[in-house]
Amino acid sequence: MTDIKEKLSVTDYMSMPDDKGHFGVYGGIFASETLMQALEELRDAYEKIKTDKVFQAQFDEDLAQYVGRPSPLYFAERLTQQVGGAQIFLKREDLNHTGAHKINNTIGQGLLAKMMGKKRVIAETGAGQHGVATATVAARFGMECVVYMGAEDIVRQAPNVYRMKLLGAKVVAVESGSKTLKDALNEAMRDWVTNVDDTFYIIGTVAGPHPYPAMVRDFQTIIGREAKAQMQAQCACLPDALVACVGGGSNAIGLFHPFLADESVAMYGVEGGGLGVDSGKHAAPLCAGNPGVLHGNRTYLMEDENGQIIETHSVSAGLDYPGVGPEHSWLKDIGRVNYVAATDDEALAAFHTLTQVEGIIPALESSHAVAYGMKLAATMKPEQRIIINLSGRGDKDINTIAKIEGIEL
Amino acid sequence: MSRLAQRFAELKTQGDKPKKALIPYVMASDPSPEITLPLMHAMVEAGADIIELGVPFSDPMADGPVIQLAAERSLKHNTSMHDVFSLVSEFRKTDDKTPVIVMGYLNPIEVMGYQSFAQQAATSGIDGVLTVDMPPVEADEYVPALKSQGLDPIFLLAPTSTPARIKKLAEVASGFVYYVSLKGVTGAATLDVASVETKVAEIRQFIDLPIAVGFGISDADSAAKVASCSDAVVVGSTIVKKMTINSGKTEQERSIIIKEISEILSSMRSAMDRL
Ligand SMILES: Cc1ncc(COP(=O)(O)O)c(C=O)c1O
Repeated sequence: MTDIKEKLSVTDYMSMPDDKGHFGVYGGIFASETLMQALEELRDAYEKIKTDKVFQAQFDEDLAQYVGRPSPLYFAERLTQQVGGAQIFLKREDLNHTGAHKINNTIGQGLLAKMMGKKRVIAETGAGQHGVATATVAARFGMECVVYMGAEDIVRQAPNVYRMKLLGAKVVAVESGSKTLKDALNEAMRDWVTNVDDTFYIIGTVAGPHPYPAMVRDFQTIIGREAKAQMQAQCACLPDALVACVGGGSNAIGLFHPFLADESVAMYGVEGGGLGVDSGKHAAPLCAGNPGVLHGNRTYLMEDENGQIIETHSVSAGLDYPGVGPEHSWLKDIGRVNYVAATDDEALAAFHTLTQVEGIIPALESSHAVAYGMKLAATMKPEQRIIINLSGRGDKDINTIAKIEGIEL
Repeated sequence: MSRLAQRFAELKTQGDKPKKALIPYVMASDPSPEITLPLMHAMVEAGADIIELGVPFSDPMADGPVIQLAAERSLKHNTSMHDVFSLVSEFRKTDDKTPVIVMGYLNPIEVMGYQSFAQQAATSGIDGVLTVDMPPVEADEYVPALKSQGLDPIFLLAPTSTPARIKKLAEVASGFVYYVSLKGVTGAATLDVASVETKVAEIRQFIDLPIAVGFGISDADSAAKVASCSDAVVVGSTIVKKMTINSGKTEQERSIIIKEISEILSSMRSAMDRL
């Protein structure tokens, strides 16, 4: 116990970021002056609700009654047997309303938007999960909603595009740049500077300028806080390892953060390895990128020697992002979290394994965590336990899977 | 005295009445690498006082479609910061007076390191640097690096800028400040001169530097109106649109673009001087 306390004072995970949004050298507010007022307003509002009992009670209530939390911590017995190593537990974010962890954050930001009197919300989306989660909250609060989505992702994630439209959102196809998630984020920022008076920008991951990385993290740590209590209840212990996929990094930080000071818990963030990290065709900035500045913060990026952002590749639209939340960059540098990659093929194999062995169809993003988690568990002892974050369900991906396998639906 | 300070001083004192600066913005190597050098000289000829040279970035978050496409065209030629340095060195061979500032995003500077960037920029004859996503709050290392090489750090202000942020900016900025005249991205159409006038007056309470106004200046008339309440007028999207007339590959194509842009600038120049 004293041991942990001492370590905590050395690196006080809980006090990050500093008041300018820095996690070590990462994070910050690298934004145009045209956005500063909106960011400062948001920061002030967020500081206020952090300790506001009424807001927090409403947030908890919505997570329970609308999202359906707590999500189960499920012991995957057959998967554990098949892998033959550590006991594998799945944190079932796929069972949340709308099918992924993204709704935890949109509930939080939606409530904040309402509190700030904003009538219009905008969002960027890659896989469409965050777009759906935003459109859902907008419908519930009676707000206008515009979602920016890369033209390429609109094709890959057609079911989610239709869901957003059913929910009353306008989906705008982004044709600039690489036509994926990063370009959708650029376009949402442009909308925000233009309509800053009445619009709230709901960012879907722990990226962007301060306060987004901290705020989105805080809304997502419900995942880790629940998992910790559930593990305690099920076996009166801490897990030995945590595994989560990393796109921007929100489901991963949500699971990891409440465990950061628990030294015995190993952590693995799994990036989109695409065709292999050595091939150059991947979405793994922490494994193979360099620090730089994009979308308002300093973080690891995929860039060329001139500082231009390069195109990413991943079978999963939600991981197809050339940056990553700044807190992950810091956690990498201080060595607290291990960042690894799973390739497209590994993720696809894990998708089928989980579906067939446990009767759970995982999102392609989450399948990356499952792939690495199975590999890791195989190297561990039967009395050890790992938690894999099942960040979302795979219904949205069945068209992609069918296409890869040459099947026409 | 820096070239920028010198130029603003001259505009005030030379001639029979003070003049306002005309600052055209063009993206380096748009639409072709060969056009930019002769275009820069031609713009000076047509009445430009300062040249703002865009450095392309793959993710131009603060720009509207016109300048986004300019960056895409420029990047097709793999335009790098080093190409921009070479371009300005060439320009300096025959023009040692006209200030040149570079405008872009932080990451291409970040990969070089601030010191190394500042050294090479100063050596090539660049006078000022405007980095859209580098606000004063993050500039603790950036500003000293630029100033140590005699470069002017130029920062943006907006309709939403508060007195607190204007004061913070006044501590670090030099050369001039750039007031973004509207809420939005580059190339937006609406310009409300009365609100520009009010905000410029507010900024002047905190800052002694010349104030340039940009975003939304589309013709001689709007240039003159903005000039009447500021020290300089920046014109970007209106001239960058001309880069789509042709691909700028042949001498003849380039001269068509250069002629059209020169005409726009001349008309702005005379409207501004008629004030
Ligand atoms: C199911 C699911 N998991 C993970 C991600 C990746 O995002 P993050 O790394 O922020 O959790 C997404 C993004 O769209 C997603 O839909």
